[in-house]
Amino acid sequence: MTQRIDCDVAIVGGGIVGASAALALRRMGQQVVLLERDLCGSRSSGVNFGGVRRQGRPLSQLPLAQRAHRIWGELPALLGTDGEYVRSGHFKIARSEADLAALERYRELSRDFDLGLDMITGAALRARAGWLGAKALGGSFCPEDGQANPRLVSPAFARAAERAGAQVFERTPLDEAEHDGQRFLLRSTAAALEVRAPVLLNCAGAWAGPLAAQFGDAVPLRSGHPAMAVTEPLPAFMDWSLGVEGGGIYCRQVARGNVVMGGGAGYEIDEVRARVERGAIDGWCRQAIELLPALRHAHILRTWSGTEGYLPDRQPVLGPSRSMPGLFHGFGFAGAGFQIGPAAGEVLAELACHGRTVTPIDAFAADRFDRAAASPPPASLATSVTH
Amino acid sequence: MTNAPVIVGAGPAGVRAAEALVAHGVRPMLIDEAARAGGQIYRRQPPQFGRSSRTLYGFEAGRAAALHQSFDALRAHVDYRPDSLVWNVQGDQLDVLHGPSQRTQRVAFSQLIVATGATDRVLPVPGWTLPGVYTLGGAQVALKFQGCAIGQRVVFMGTGPLLYLVAYQYAKAGARVVAVLDTARFADQVAALPAMSTQPAVLLKGMYYVGWLRAHGVAIQGGVRPVRVSGDERVSGVAWHDGTRERTLDCDAVGFGYALRSETQLADLLGCRFAYAPAHRAHLPEHDAARRSSVPDVYLAGDGAGIMGADAAEWAGERAALALLADRGVAVDASRAQALEHKLARLTGFRSGLDRAFPFPEDWAGHAPDELVICRCENVTAGTLRQTVRESGADEMNRLKALCRVGMGRCQGRMCGVAAAEVLAHCTGQPVQNVGRLRGQAPIKPIPMQLIVASEGATP
Repeated sequence: MTQRIDCDVAIVGGGIVGASAALALRRMGQQVVLLERDLCGSRSSGVNFGGVRRQGRPLSQLPLAQRAHRIWGELPALLGTDGEYVRSGHFKIARSEADLAALERYRELSRDFDLGLDMITGAALRARAGWLGAKALGGSFCPEDGQANPRLVSPAFARAAERAGAQVFERTPLDEAEHDGQRFLLRSTAAALEVRAPVLLNCAGAWAGPLAAQFGDAVPLRSGHPAMAVTEPLPAFMDWSLGVEGGGIYCRQVARGNVVMGGGAGYEIDEVRARVERGAIDGWCRQAIELLPALRHAHILRTWSGTEGYLPDRQPVLGPSRSMPGLFHGFGFAGAGFQIGPAAGEVLAELACHGRTVTPIDAFAADRFDRAAASPPPASLATSVTH
Repeated sequence: MTNAPVIVGAGPAGVRAAEALVAHGVRPMLIDEAARAGGQIYRRQPPQFGRSSRTLYGFEAGRAAALHQSFDALRAHVDYRPDSLVWNVQGDQLDVLHGPSQRTQRVAFSQLIVATGATDRVLPVPGWTLPGVYTLGGAQVALKFQGCAIGQRVVFMGTGPLLYLVAYQYAKAGARVVAVLDTARFADQVAALPAMSTQPAVLLKGMYYVGWLRAHGVAIQGGVRPVRVSGDERVSGVAWHDGTRERTLDCDAVGFGYALRSETQLADLLGCRFAYAPAHRAHLPEHDAARRSSVPDVYLAGDGAGIMGADAAEWAGERAALALLADRGVAVDASRAQALEHKLARLTGFRSGLDRAFPFPEDWAGHAPDELVICRCENVTAGTLRQTVRESGADEMNRLKALCRVGMGRCQGRMCGVAAAEVLAHCTGQPVQNVGRLRGQAPIKPIPMQLIVASEGATP
């Protein structure tokens, strides 16, 4: 017996973008149905590094990132949990004078966005962060950037949306989508469910491509796989979340004491699973011990990867379909969607209700790839991600 | 093929596999985590120890000696790598950490026999993290390899054939065994007799241990429900429920366990397909009668692919090697292969009898108090698991782990995974197979970051 539901907005994908859109829409009084193939927040939204960082993002993302920053500040009120979110500060390490110059340049360029960036070098750095190895010459500090536990935060958005009245269907893969001239019709055979809605949000992450293409928005979306690891719990020694100018590794120490680190790439096992590339493990160990000598005797307990959607310019697709009225996309966050995810959700909710948003999103238009001749994607998509 | 076949594990399965390969002119690499071949069951004492094999292995002395002799004869014909932990695999490359030299190397294989064995199946009881509490296997390692007992007055608790064997070995070695407390009832054992009679020798041995223990004044109590291990700094006693009332005993050490669980992490990383095996109450890597896994060139032998015991492991190791050889185009004796398959099939009936004699205590999760620590690495209690389920609706193991850290510590669920799955199944009202299994991730056991740096570029 197939269940049929009519609603205002249907959402495909229960990651942090789709779930926060569902929550925002409920707060705007809309009837929402969310379909998630697996469990909400169980893919990239739930297994990413957990950096909550504005620093280092392209300037075009900073309005969205600033909007997200405000949402993160209200997380307990919004979700009923802090998801281990702390504004620990994010320090982007320079290992050369050229790195320092690049960071200084970014500070200048981003000045209008009030990130509060502060260059720390030499004796001041040693005094503030004696745990950093000698390879770190200095860096740029963003005091209000931070970190959170993605395993907790992303599912919590879905639960909050559900509590607010959204109908969330997990283990409900979308088998068929069509438009009858007035409404979208979504079917899941496995869940015996049919959903009808005049507005559809495509938040299906690395798997969003086919749905976008079906309605005339073919984009060059590729899957990329990060590589991450966690050590055994260590005595607290590091309060900042760390990145490195020019890429390489990123790491943070969680309240429990484990150091979470990432960098390098994973490889695909199948459509939904990926595993860490062996070479990535060498990379972390060498670089992490150089930057954090305290890790010298640490053990790695676990490594993991995920599946993330990348577009050639490493910017997401966020905004209306160019050809199908009522369809809006929010996917392809290039391994950096955790921090801006909640703002992307709010933007999608505004677009769904009002057809426009107060946040500039022109850089993320679905049709931008028509303008530039399609260029091949970078050879290794995940290696230069800076979390 | 340019690379040699590799066997992981030098227990009964791995050694017999190596022997069959060598007999057909193939020189395998044999990688083993232990310092000496023999596996857990026929673990050899350090070379400077001089106890007789009769003392060490009791009735199994003949089998142990035969396996050790086979290995010693093979030694020159295999590339033997003791003290070596396989901690990762990608494609046809194993990552192997060698303890004594503190280096990790990459080893290529053409074909792989996974004979990774088993560890104790642990169902926690309040107080199980006190010093003085060991698994049955741990208690046995102390005796066989370290030549010491876990205590002076020892209680053995849980169920499974190992319960009586270890108690017997301890008593023979001069330790005072205060009691053997079995969650199985004697009625279970009587009911299982017909199925077990296909292996009369094994059955007789078991009866002998029980008889011997009784004759030597060891209290044996069936149908118990362990209630707690008590003590402040270390173990001072145990309490159990005998069906009508709670009873206690003083002791200074406890060995406990509920049979064994397969070590399946390597098979998992290799991409082997798993299925739930009701007889083993576990998700296990699938294999055919010839021990081929679902992954080409990967073979599964021994307790790592389902607990069948040491004799079965020897047959399965040899059978896997014959399959491997056939797949290489080497002519093998088909009738020998068939005979091995036949012996293994016959053992399945006996194995189901064992399950009836020592049934898994299905009521364990229902009795586990909220304050009971399930995951000792992350200090996650049964109450936390239940609360997480209530608040989040989690009904699957990986989700439960993500939300409350169960299985996220040093053991990566190897010790706590069984118990956590039982609690999750019980509190969601599902059969345990429906809660799934923790996804395997490298490293198989924790690895020091520094060793990886020191070993970069190293090749075998």
